[in-house]
Amino acid sequence: MHVGLTHFLVVSSLLFCLGLYAMLTRRNVVAILMGIELMLNAANINLIAFNKYVAPAALNGQVFALVVITLAACEAGVGLALVMSAYRNLETIHVDEINVMKW
Amino acid sequence: MRDLAWLIPLFPLIAFAVIVAFGRRAPGQGAYVAIAGMGLAALLSIGIFFEMLGGAAPVELNTQWMVWGNYPLDIGLRVDHLTTIMLLVVTVVGSMIFTYSIGYMHGDPRYPRFFAYMSLFGFSMLLLVLANNLLFLYAGWELVGLCSYLLIGFYFERPSAARASMKAFITTRVGDFFMFLGILLIFFNLGTFRFEEIFAKVHDGALRDLTVGGLPLLTVAAVLLFGGAVGKSAQVPLHTWLPDAMEGPTPVSALIHAATMVAAGVYMVARTYALFFASPETGALHVVAWIGGVTALMAATIAMLQDDIKRVLAYSTISQLGLMMMGLGVLGYTAGMFHLMTHAFFKALLFLGAGSVIHAMHTNDIKEMGGLAKAMPSTYWTFLIGTLALSGIFPFAGFWSKDEILLEAFHHNTILFAMGALTSFLTAFYMFRVIFYTFTGTLRSHDAHPHESPNVMTRPLWVLAIFSILVGWVGLPVGGESRFHAFLRFDGVEAVPFSVGLALVSLAIAGAGILGAAAVYYWKVVPASTLRAAAGPLFALVSRKYYFDEVYGAVFVRGTLWISRAMRTFDVYVIDALVNLVGYAGVGLARFYGVFDLYVVDGLVNLIGGVVGRVGGGLRYIQTGRAQNYLLAIALGVIILLAVGLFR
Repeated sequence: MHVGLTHFLVVSSLLFCLGLYAMLTRRNVVAILMGIELMLNAANINLIAFNKYVAPAALNGQVFALVVITLAACEAGVGLALVMSAYRNLETIHVDEINVMKW
Repeated sequence: MRDLAWLIPLFPLIAFAVIVAFGRRAPGQGAYVAIAGMGLAALLSIGIFFEMLGGAAPVELNTQWMVWGNYPLDIGLRVDHLTTIMLLVVTVVGSMIFTYSIGYMHGDPRYPRFFAYMSLFGFSMLLLVLANNLLFLYAGWELVGLCSYLLIGFYFERPSAARASMKAFITTRVGDFFMFLGILLIFFNLGTFRFEEIFAKVHDGALRDLTVGGLPLLTVAAVLLFGGAVGKSAQVPLHTWLPDAMEGPTPVSALIHAATMVAAGVYMVARTYALFFASPETGALHVVAWIGGVTALMAATIAMLQDDIKRVLAYSTISQLGLMMMGLGVLGYTAGMFHLMTHAFFKALLFLGAGSVIHAMHTNDIKEMGGLAKAMPSTYWTFLIGTLALSGIFPFAGFWSKDEILLEAFHHNTILFAMGALTSFLTAFYMFRVIFYTFTGTLRSHDAHPHESPNVMTRPLWVLAIFSILVGWVGLPVGGESRFHAFLRFDGVEAVPFSVGLALVSLAIAGAGILGAAAVYYWKVVPASTLRAAAGPLFALVSRKYYFDEVYGAVFVRGTLWISRAMRTFDVYVIDALVNLVGYAGVGLARFYGVFDLYVVDGLVNLIGGVVGRVGGGLRYIQTGRAQNYLLAIALGVIILLAVGLFR
């Protein structure tokens, strides 16, 4: 079986949906962050796939994927720091319980 | 010095302002300020008089006041021979009377106010005299009327004084209305108020061919102007206010209602004499002469039967003003003004003398007096001098001026001359009646203790008495023409030469009057009661003052009251009804609007508010505050959009 662009896109969209599902259903912030990571990686797969199959000579897709990975790392760092801070102050990391800003 | 003439009216005005501002704290409680104002004006006037006497030309100080449409209106003074005479009379007599007032008004609760009003009067009168145009003459004219009103009503607690002031004001206003019409008639036809320009244009025949309602315009305008003089100078038929004006303090009667203000009418006629003279066949002058003659004779007859010393003098004033008018009317321009001048001095003297008597006796009734010559020698002698002057006895002032008027009348109209001669007989008669009642015989009132008045009152009497003796001598004919004629003349009118024969006749008439009075009231050869019985209905007619007051009361006062009542009825039942109707309609409409507002406008507003509130309340549940819910909504939205995009 020849692996083509479609396969990559199917995998990537499945991955995105998983990430979205995790984000929408999980109460734990860490799990939500993990969902976000999944969605970012799905985007990365898209970028690489399009780079390979549509414009193999260019490196734009790969470079952009690297940027996204860097961004994801930063985001994870900031997100986890927020989780730590929330846990220390509120003794919970469940998003439905973190509601001090709600009137 | 003539260029400083504008200072003359300013001095009394400043005095007025100072007295009003400081009241009792002003020097002499205001009296010294007033006298200083008038005295300075008098000094300046005397200076100007001598300058004019030295042959100086008349000057006019004129400046533009404002522009009204196409007409420039001027403010300005004119100093000529006529003005000079009037300035001299007003300021000199005024100063004497002001000084006298210190004594007469002593202890009055409104002492400063009296001097304030008097100063204001001085200003107004001098403005009137100095004005070089009809507009400012009219302004001064109305201002003196106002002062007259204020001063007649000075004792306003007395209802009679309040009524008298009202009567004076309203009666003179009737005349002023005609005068204003005359001024407007002249202004709209000639486009100027200035005397010089008016006279020049009239002289060039500007109005000669114009008519108003079939009458020559010049005559109509002059007679309308004369209407103002009739009111102000108390000529028939507007003379009724002057006797009542005696309710004011005596110095007021002397200054305003004898010497100056009432003479303003005569002055005004003399000032606008060119108009009267230019009227076709001097028709306007005939009106002046006849009204003057009738007034002179009628007032003299009434004066014979008055018992109030001031009312005798008041009627005498009316009579003498009539003589002046008659003099002007029979082309005796100089004679009329001459009599105005001499009359101002001796009539002021007589009034002040009467004031001195009243001050001592506390009554005006000559029948309660008697034998005052011993108690009040200064008053007696000065009063006698004034009486002789008024009666026209040689060599006192009245002789010269009255003689000139009779002379002019004799040469122009015999009937008028007869009226004048009879007037002068009656004048001598009633004045000596007063003298005999007041100063001779024995005191008839038992609770009076007459005493001579203080020096501050008698000295002005003496000054005026000296004037009353001397001032007539300027009328002494030297080489066919008197000094006064040389000084004041109207170009185009030839003075009638002095006649010794006629002078003797007029002297004889006056002497007859005196003898008649003596026969009745001193020697009592013919008792007054016999005369009264002999005169019969004539006596009743004269003693009721020819029923003028009664007729006016019945026609004008009641007529006015009737009209006002009718107006009031109309007001109450028609105008008020309409107003009330509008009011009720407004209230009804307002009620309706109130209901509309409450249920419709408010309802709509509340509806909008309620809807917004409900919708907001409903939508509140959407906002959960949970990011995941929002995210879900976004995801669903994207899926829907995708689905729409794919399957469309």
